[in-house]
Amino acid sequence: MESIAKCALPDTKGKYGKYGGRYVPETLINALEELEALYNKVKTDGKFIAELNDLQKNYNGRETPLTFAERLTKRYGKAKIYLKREDLCHTGAHKLNNTLGQILLAKRLGKKRIIAETGAGQHGVATATVCAKFGLKCEIFMGETDIERQEMNVYRMKMLGAKVWPVSSGSRTLKDATNEAIRDWVANVKDTFYIIGSVVGPHPYPQIVRDFQSVIGNETYSQIFRAEGRLPTYVLACVGGGSNAMGMFHRFINEDVKLIGVEAAGLGIESGKHCASLTLGKEAIFQGMRTYVLQDEDGQINEVYSVSAGLDYPGVGPEHSFLKDTQRVEYVSVTDDEALKAAIDLSRYEGILPALESAHAVAYLEHLMPETREDEIVIVNVSGRGDKDLNTIIMFMEDKLK
Amino acid sequence: MNLSQYIDDVNKKEEKALSVFLTAGFPFKDIFADTALSVLDSGADLLELGIPFSDPLADGPVIQHSSQVALENKVNIKSVLEYTSKIKSKTSKPVVLMGYANPVLNYGREKFFSDAADAGADGVIIPDVPIDEYDEFYESNRGLLDTVMLTTPFSSAERIRKADELSRGFVYCVSIYGTTGQRTSFSKETLQAIEETRKMIKKNKMMIGFGISSPESIRSIAPFCDGVIVGSAIIKKLFELDKGKGLSEIADYVKDLKEACMEG
Repeated sequence: MESIAKCALPDTKGKYGKYGGRYVPETLINALEELEALYNKVKTDGKFIAELNDLQKNYNGRETPLTFAERLTKRYGKAKIYLKREDLCHTGAHKLNNTLGQILLAKRLGKKRIIAETGAGQHGVATATVCAKFGLKCEIFMGETDIERQEMNVYRMKMLGAKVWPVSSGSRTLKDATNEAIRDWVANVKDTFYIIGSVVGPHPYPQIVRDFQSVIGNETYSQIFRAEGRLPTYVLACVGGGSNAMGMFHRFINEDVKLIGVEAAGLGIESGKHCASLTLGKEAIFQGMRTYVLQDEDGQINEVYSVSAGLDYPGVGPEHSFLKDTQRVEYVSVTDDEALKAAIDLSRYEGILPALESAHAVAYLEHLMPETREDEIVIVNVSGRGDKDLNTIIMFMEDKLK
Repeated sequence: MNLSQYIDDVNKKEEKALSVFLTAGFPFKDIFADTALSVLDSGADLLELGIPFSDPLADGPVIQHSSQVALENKVNIKSVLEYTSKIKSKTSKPVVLMGYANPVLNYGREKFFSDAADAGADGVIIPDVPIDEYDEFYESNRGLLDTVMLTTPFSSAERIRKADELSRGFVYCVSIYGTTGQRTSFSKETLQAIEETRKMIKKNKMMIGFGISSPESIRSIAPFCDGVIVGSAIIKKLFELDKGKGLSEIADYVKDLKEACMEG
């Protein structure tokens, strides 16, 4: 957090245009107001920023490299490809950037108990990690479907001393885990801090998470100038809730850079089994925010699908909805198969096994690269590493790539 | 007769108003209107008609489940409004619609307020539209429906006053930290906070809801309010309802609740 948001958004009501806001039961208002007041104070407080920067460097391992992808670049013979290596963060994804910031807020509020939702388990692990480091009680809500497909992360959370609550309502994925975390927070708001894992939920969470994640884009900006002496032409990131993408895009919003967010098309946009909220969703009020959401004709939230548990969410951060409407960011989607293939390609060309979430951003290179020129630069945010997805990838390889 | 007038008339008889929350179309779509009318005939003064939603954040497991069943029964806003007209054609008691913001947003707010008023609904409660979002969300209501805003015993004085200012019909005081569902008792701290809240509510009647499940809990909280709201406790009994059978047991239960409202 070298420099905080130069961007004027959100406004004082937490809105990004018409999106965002604070659509929650009255019981949570006090806690959100308290959090907002604290955050507005500490975001310019030298001591807070110094403490966070120290943790980012000496605990999280920042800065993460910006790696030139030489063989992948040669493969396409077009623009130069660089990879931002969030997979090298402690715990294996960008998620710790945010949990380190939020745990410092929780500490300043004197909260003793931490709760969080998780999809792929990366945010659960990142939350359990900071709770272990700061000696706070940690409880994680996780959908039963995700518990099955991300078993290793469940063991990691338990190893770190967290309690994992299986959630059996609805589609038993990230959306339902988030509902359950919010219900728990409503009941225990006096002593509990809710660490939200993405740029979603009621104000001020989308702003706080974006600001803590903006370290990704800030570093990338300096690194590409060091390496190439100029701005990139394109910046790509995957979008589920959208925290790694917001963190990457934020620094470039006011620069002449094409920003592309890649959503999960699952089995294909036409199949109905996907989670491309910005591509096919409609405006909704959901989990405390106004934003694009996949819903049916009666305004009931859809059960969505992606092979990647971290993208498997029917909504998206409200700032992304704003950036879509204003056409500042282009939102596209790739299928499960494209992402799985990209994960294998990146492993074989660059020796980097990406998380299936991040593989969605990598997969879009297939569409983008033919349109680029040799004097252009493309940066892809590799938001996490793929060890957690090995089972899924191996099954796919046995099935399709014999 | 409007909502606040109706509650006032009940209070003038030295009684607290009893409002019963039912999830529309639960448990059976075809007999729901009769179920609701039987609850009103047994002594409930108001009916809160729940519009089902896939992701009910403020609700505990009982109402969540009823909402899920109602959605499986294909209940949507259109069917809720049909129930409303049917019920209002047979009773003069108020019907207040209660639901989450998204189905209403999706239906079209202006159309919703106007169709609901045409169907005879008296008011609307949307727990995930707090006072901060009132102006924007209810802009097209233009007085068609009474709007009920929520407070908690731990809301700031400023917010309680604002909720009173924006509400019409009554102010809904949430009794506890937590989602809807049964609790055994209210702490002294809570009762004190509720008493303070009531002093600050000048313009409206105050009804208390969340966690009120029995005649005993009504007796403990009645001195601090103008009426009580019971939801999960009755929905739980409705689970056991099997096509008409069991309705008399629910009627008896509502009678007991109403009797507790008459002892203050």
